[in-house]
Amino acid sequence: MTPPKSGNITLQIERQDGPNAPARWETFNVPYTKNANVISVLMQIQRSPVTSDGKATTPPAWDAACLEEVCGSCTMNINGKVRQACSTLIDQFDLEQPIKLQPMKKFPLVRDLSVDRQKMFESLKRVQAWVPTDGTHDLGPGPRLSPEDADLRYTLSTCMTCGCCMEVCPQVTTSTAFIGAAAISQAKLFNDHPTGEMNKGDRLHALMGDGGVADCGKAGNCVQACPKHIPLTSSIAEMHRETTKQALLDWFQKDERKAGGGPA
Amino acid sequence: MAERYIVVGGGLAGLATVIKLAEAGKHVDVFSIVPVKRSHSVCAQGGINGAVNTKGEGDSPDVHVKDTLRGGDFLAEQPPVKGMCYAAPGIIYLLDRMGVPFSRTSEGLLDFRRFGGTLHHRTAFAGASTGQQLLYALDEQVRRYETEGLVRKFEYWEFLGSVKDEQGNCRGIVALDVRTMNIEAFPADAVMLATGGPGIVYGRSTNSLINTGTAAARSYQEGAIYSNAEFVQVHPTAIPGQDKHRLMSESARGEGGRVWVPRKKGDTREPSEIPSAERWYFLEEKYPKYQNLVPRDVATREIFSVCRDLSLGLEGGDAVYLDVSHIPAATLDKKLGGIMEIYEKFQGVDPRHHPMRIFPAVHYSMGGLWVDYEADAKGDLLKDSPRQQMTNIPGLYASGECDYAYHGANRLGANSLVSCIYAGFIGGPAMMSYAKNKAPKGEVASTLLEGAKKQWQEKFAAIGKMSGKENPYQIGHEMGELMISAATVVKKNSELDVALLKIKEMKARWNNINALDTGRTLNQAVSYANQLWNMLELAELMLKASRLRDECRGSHYKPEFNLPTPKTHDPTQDPEWMIAWKKRNDMWLKNSMGRWNANGPDVTFESLRSLQTETPILKPEPRWYG
Repeated sequence: MTPPKSGNITLQIERQDGPNAPARWETFNVPYTKNANVISVLMQIQRSPVTSDGKATTPPAWDAACLEEVCGSCTMNINGKVRQACSTLIDQFDLEQPIKLQPMKKFPLVRDLSVDRQKMFESLKRVQAWVPTDGTHDLGPGPRLSPEDADLRYTLSTCMTCGCCMEVCPQVTTSTAFIGAAAISQAKLFNDHPTGEMNKGDRLHALMGDGGVADCGKAGNCVQACPKHIPLTSSIAEMHRETTKQALLDWFQKDERKAGGGPA
Repeated sequence: MAERYIVVGGGLAGLATVIKLAEAGKHVDVFSIVPVKRSHSVCAQGGINGAVNTKGEGDSPDVHVKDTLRGGDFLAEQPPVKGMCYAAPGIIYLLDRMGVPFSRTSEGLLDFRRFGGTLHHRTAFAGASTGQQLLYALDEQVRRYETEGLVRKFEYWEFLGSVKDEQGNCRGIVALDVRTMNIEAFPADAVMLATGGPGIVYGRSTNSLINTGTAAARSYQEGAIYSNAEFVQVHPTAIPGQDKHRLMSESARGEGGRVWVPRKKGDTREPSEIPSAERWYFLEEKYPKYQNLVPRDVATREIFSVCRDLSLGLEGGDAVYLDVSHIPAATLDKKLGGIMEIYEKFQGVDPRHHPMRIFPAVHYSMGGLWVDYEADAKGDLLKDSPRQQMTNIPGLYASGECDYAYHGANRLGANSLVSCIYAGFIGGPAMMSYAKNKAPKGEVASTLLEGAKKQWQEKFAAIGKMSGKENPYQIGHEMGELMISAATVVKKNSELDVALLKIKEMKARWNNINALDTGRTLNQAVSYANQLWNMLELAELMLKASRLRDECRGSHYKPEFNLPTPKTHDPTQDPEWMIAWKKRNDMWLKNSMGRWNANGPDVTFESLRSLQTETPILKPEPRWYG
């Protein structure tokens, strides 16, 4: 159904006062405005928090910041598809009404549409997603990079830790340890940098073992869901190969150390 | 006992401060209302300025200083500007070492593009999401310090106010955990506010929703001086939206984008059907030297005038074309990809083939918390001075958009990223110098902390019980509409007087708000009600300072007080005009100093220190961009 160009926009929001509170659905009718997006509709509800059957309610809680799809805050499930609420324009998408808003399901719920994505930031620590610089003092420019290498790094670096790739991944559940596509791709981003490459081994080791890159089930959902079109499956494939090489290297080195009488 | 440091805000300025402190082995607590990686710095698009002169144009930090001072119509203390411009190339190289994926030349070097208010290629960039990439680089370095145990992050915590001792020194902060609604007091030897700008006071702007200016506005109510509140930049090119106005970076013009309208009023033809001779490239015609890259205040006024005075806006409305369709699509994707996608996503039209429809929108506050500096006779900042970036409250510092220091009456494009990082880089060491030499010795008394905490707990409990008729979000919406109509591109005293009365009414209405929500988890309505009060106080100051400054300077434009048009193309050749200009400058080349008062803001005007007691680096001169 094409949304109406006048009249009301109807929204159904899955609400929950806290992680242990029961979930409930509330329906809101909001007057149509041109160029509306999900955020502007949520703003209208804040100014008049009344459900479609006329009951006063609390304004739904939701996260948002930049509203131009660069910060990742307002990610939620909209009609069952995970995306940013700010770039979901009512007129442009064939959104079936009522528009259903639900929180992301692969992260602990805080309240209503707000979830806790801290585990994604913890994963960035695990893969050491940084260039180990010597300090802020003046050491001149960084290493030269070809425009092609810089462009690829830029694409990987536009990851805004929104969590869409986690939400659609069958291997990510609340009970499994899989680190997910975003962090694996960040490991590649820093392994591709001439300085970052110096501790490439540490990043690869972080991706080996429990919850690492080998847990990827190759469903390929992540690359479809990524709002920034990051080639996540290519990053995963490459990190998979690299960790395999690293495992072999580790094995040989262990062997050599044994032969040389060094510590095992 | 080791010193403790607090940084409030995790954008570029905040994280730059954190890095300087952690690098020196200090322990830092960072407070941010969002995960720091989602701070508003991500929205900066076009680039970061630094005069590295890689294009053989004779650029230098001195030229950067001159462009910045002229761009701001000389309303910035000169030593900090000099310090920033000289540090800029080193900052860009450091970011390069941190792995920022800057765009490159074929030789593998950093590429630079042009921006407004300069004739040089001075802007390093990473596609068209440079701010995002810079923020991520600093975020990564801070995460590294976090794993080393030097940095503690308090994300989803909101600054409520400072903890001050009896002597008026800042000894810590009180903050709210917005998820549990718990309020705590935290002691510190020095506190940095790096909390960004106040765009949300205008309702819809190019700013993120988190840019309420509430931390700066609260500090103003606690005695910090807020300077040049009347200077708010309206960016020439944005896409109007229902929830926000989305920026279309100046880099679109830096890469050759052209602004135009059909010459004929009410021309309904498709833009592609309008031949070149029937298009009015008004910026190019009026400013042959700088063309589409005049400073933002100038471009904004021209676009505004074309639409409002000449009724030549598209379909007679508020819109002009920003046209990049003559540039090859591959170049656009490479150099402006981020904004091409934003336009396409939010407007449903491909800007590679159709001119974009844009209009000015509120973008950046040049004004902010007054901060000190200390320089030698040559105008070079002293390295070990505790005074750099310190507000008038001892121990309380400010940097980034929430300080007033670097941009005068109008900020040049791509100067904000460098000013944020630079201010953090000198602010961090100043905090250490203060803690070592000036800060009150000994532990912060627990009674002081408990008292401050209790005061805020009571205040929030009181807000939570408010059961009046007014919806705070509705008042906020009306405040935004009022500020946009009264205090943006063209200001009139009669309208400012009315707006001041209306803000007072809104403050009275605030006392009759309904808290809307009694929840103990992520109660956003109660947080917002507190922020709204702070925004109303700041809005009142912005209006009052605008009302009192009877002149035109940078972004502050009052036609009633404009100087006459000079008789010569170069105004310095018109002696009569020069006399009028000098008289105006003697009267108004002053910072407004806003001090909070329960009855309304006290605003005084004070001469610039660097123009009085020190030898200015550059003498003020008429600003023109012929």
